[in-house]
Amino acid sequence: MIMKKMFVFLSALFFVATTFAQGYEVGDKVEDFKLLNVDGKYVSMADYPDTEGFVVIFSCNHCPYVVAYEDRMIELHNEFAPQGFPVIAINPNDTIAQPQDSYSLMKVRAEEKNFPFPYVIDADQTVYPKFGATRTPHVFLLKRDGNDLRVAYIGAIDDNHRDASQVEEKFLANAIHAVKKGRTPDPSVTRAIGCSIKTR
Amino acid sequence: MKKLWLIFFLTLAYPGYLSALANDSDDIKVYNFDEFSHWLERESDSLYVVNFWATWCAPCVKEIPDFEKLYAKYKTDKVKLLFVSLDFPNQLETRVIPFIDRMDMKGQVVLLDDTRANRWIPLVDEDWTGAIPATLIYNQDFREFYARELTFDELEEIVLPLLK
Repeated sequence: MIMKKMFVFLSALFFVATTFAQGYEVGDKVEDFKLLNVDGKYVSMADYPDTEGFVVIFSCNHCPYVVAYEDRMIELHNEFAPQGFPVIAINPNDTIAQPQDSYSLMKVRAEEKNFPFPYVIDADQTVYPKFGATRTPHVFLLKRDGNDLRVAYIGAIDDNHRDASQVEEKFLANAIHAVKKGRTPDPSVTRAIGCSIKTR
Repeated sequence: MKKLWLIFFLTLAYPGYLSALANDSDDIKVYNFDEFSHWLERESDSLYVVNFWATWCAPCVKEIPDFEKLYAKYKTDKVKLLFVSLDFPNQLETRVIPFIDRMDMKGQVVLLDDTRANRWIPLVDEDWTGAIPATLIYNQDFREFYARELTFDELEEIVLPLLK
């Protein structure tokens, strides 16, 4: 009996642990971060108190799926930052495991592409696990809820990584429009192929 | 003519030869998901190891020799190995085929070209977010999806109890 109880308890503990490890779900409150930007300054969401939310994109230099989306990330920022939803790109990769994603090469890429948004590095790899990001690119749309920021949408930018002109559903843009109207995005979670986040 | 028959029977007698032929690199098939999906539902007495990878995915490239080693060791025990490349199809000739030749990959390779990933990813596995590498291992009684890297030892541990 004791064994059985013990088993149930351990199973429950394991369940909680694995659920926790998966990171934020839609509706969850998001913790702020403080990460080094390519301009040498630290960026927190608290630095932007007047936004309606954020488009947090886990991104990097090396991943071809990210490269395919870089121009669309710039367009998204240019369209939605003035509407209260700026992009913050976070590189979550271990830079020893993936030297192409080093901080110095992030600076080079940000300059080449003239990123209009912060491109910060999760150097301790403590932020991406909280979000539950698994790949690059991986998008989290956050909306302001009183003093909190909550997850409104998780997933892909749109439904065609290869060709922006062939996109049928702009998942992220649609989600932002829904949030602005006070609605729940539908779909609120989408999936896409991407590069797994590199750890050591 | 007699010689030809001999070659024919030798070919039949040595199954590894046939699968080695499967990677005639001029013949890597490109499928959309609907054309590909039967690979996820094969009903035979074989054990299927279906690995999603791409030449640009460093951890995928790293684990390929482990999958090849598993295949070399257990292909006579009805283990089938399929590498599903998610490379961009315009890089088939320039990147994928040279890579397969260089690595001397014996597992069969197909290229999955379907941009509607949000539709097909959950059809592979409901919990898969789309990060690669990822591997599906199944037979008629077992089905498990691994959204992570796998080593030879891990693969062998999974596969061994499933061999008939």
